[in-house]
Amino acid sequence: MGLPIPVKVKKRSRVGIAAALEPNDPVTCTYRGHGLALALGLTIESVLGEIMGRVSGSVGGMGGSMHLCEPSVGLLPTFAIVGAGIPVAAGAGLTAQVLGTGQVAAAVFGDGASNIGAFHEGVNLAAIWKLPVVFICENNQYGEYSRIDKTTPIENIADRAVSFGIPGRIVDGQDVDAVIEAVSQAAARARSGAGPTLLELKTYRYAGHSRGDAAPYRPEGELEQWLQRDPIDQYRERLIQKGLIDFKGAQKLEESVANRVEEAVGTVLRHQQPGPQAMFRNILADETGRR
Amino acid sequence: MPRMRMNQAIAQAIADEMRSDPTVVVFGEDVAEAGGPFKTTDGLLIEFGPNRVRDTPISEMGFLGAAVGAAATGLRPVVEIMFIEFLGVALDQLVTQGSKFRYLSAGKVTVPMTIRASVGAGLGFAAQHSQTLESWMLASPGLKVASASGAENAYGLLRSAIQDEDPVVFLEPRRLYAVRGDVKVGSNAAIPLGQARIVRSGEDVTIVAFGSTVRVAVDAAEQAEFSAEIIDLQTLVPWDRQAVLESVARTKRLVIVEENPYSFGWGTEIATKVASELFGDLEAPVLRVTTPDVPVPFGKALEERFLPSTSYLLAQTRYLLETGTLPRPWWEGGPT
Repeated sequence: MGLPIPVKVKKRSRVGIAAALEPNDPVTCTYRGHGLALALGLTIESVLGEIMGRVSGSVGGMGGSMHLCEPSVGLLPTFAIVGAGIPVAAGAGLTAQVLGTGQVAAAVFGDGASNIGAFHEGVNLAAIWKLPVVFICENNQYGEYSRIDKTTPIENIADRAVSFGIPGRIVDGQDVDAVIEAVSQAAARARSGAGPTLLELKTYRYAGHSRGDAAPYRPEGELEQWLQRDPIDQYRERLIQKGLIDFKGAQKLEESVANRVEEAVGTVLRHQQPGPQAMFRNILADETGRR
Repeated sequence: MPRMRMNQAIAQAIADEMRSDPTVVVFGEDVAEAGGPFKTTDGLLIEFGPNRVRDTPISEMGFLGAAVGAAATGLRPVVEIMFIEFLGVALDQLVTQGSKFRYLSAGKVTVPMTIRASVGAGLGFAAQHSQTLESWMLASPGLKVASASGAENAYGLLRSAIQDEDPVVFLEPRRLYAVRGDVKVGSNAAIPLGQARIVRSGEDVTIVAFGSTVRVAVDAAEQAEFSAEIIDLQTLVPWDRQAVLESVARTKRLVIVEENPYSFGWGTEIATKVASELFGDLEAPVLRVTTPDVPVPFGKALEERFLPSTSYLLAQTRYLLETGTLPRPWWEGGPT
């Protein structure tokens, strides 16, 4: 199963990202891409199947948790190397620009990625060529086991946009509507030919880096503070206040989602794992791999 | 057949692909306005314009990653890594991203990109601009590696590389850019990847060469008192096992000449395969003629000593044929 990444970590802002993009806009995303994959339109079975290494997974169970992909909804293979998807998104933007497709590419990455060369080279290239790309940094305060202030000499990653001469904007990553608004605006700007934008979504990683990490390095009370501004709780409240749903209706909706997930787990558990022949497929075009 | 320099053959191959396929784009350092430091992209900007032919910053990870993303979404990028050494700062995008997309998408996302890079010693560029380094790519499934050995096959191999549906690393020996050859051009002139070429037939020994060493081997065969069959591998991944095995089954002797450090060069793979498959048929041990395990030296005399030369290849092969035993390399006192 590879490296199981806690999926509840920071997926909520992803709903906002997906809602603001067109269905055929290409997206590069990190190995923590489960929430975004679902928001873009992958089925629960396709995501869960991949996590569990079943043939029903989005890449046939050959990638595992860190590797989801579904180009029909814009999701390029997710990236398990920090920052690697950033120049790739610039390339997807290049395709849109050269062929005039009107697409916008989105790169979704974490705060840790803003310290790797790929970030600086990818954003720089997009900036000089005015490529239609939205760079979306989810700042969840931790890169693996290290707090951001130990690894990054500035408080706001959005400030790094200045060095590329592009707009940088801080967004409340706990507020779905704020994310939708910010991504929509940056995407519209990119589509108009004005070039890329760097968005920093301030959010929080609820769990440790991976299954073996209980996050003991976290200051006491920090998690609780962020939980008070949980995006799902906030959004539920907002919908109730607007009269779009009542408390009971929301509860029912959440139950039905939980049931749907439970059902998918049962389904996927009955699916097979790929056979040994599968490892020889999809290496090179001629299907034989190396001769 | 027109006669042209290898760099002109390369520029023409790219131009012909760009004419026949509007999704072919070219980018890299100084490839547009300057026409490339080795003049391998001369004239492309004028004919195809700045949308398809672009200069990049000195930023290999950025533009190689952009090539991966562009290839995955509908373009067919041809990018230039000016010196293969510069691939070092971008290797992730090739061996871990681009060459794994097909696998990590169940075949739904492909990366038809070509990475062109100049390789090799002989021009006095010293230790950081003279290496071959193809061994970096050989153990990374999901890509192909080919090399021109002169103007004659640069055009045809590069056209195939650009048309290929997978990432192809196309190597260009630097010291051959200015060397002229007769070049078959046109859409029928593409040379399939994965196929070796028998440059010269012979009976006493098979000499397998690649890239810059093909010319060395041909010159040696022309001067030799024995009859050598010269095979230009043309593609290293995947390499043409059948052509090599068939040849050595006839000649019963194999010499591999490569511009690479002795240890861990691609020749070790070929030697293992041939020695294993044809064990018992061989009349001499497999001989590898390489550079020593040292960085490329700077001075002209040292660099000439360092590279496998025609006379050195002749002396080594002659020893093998005459004694049936393995000569020591020159740096261990062997025949030169």
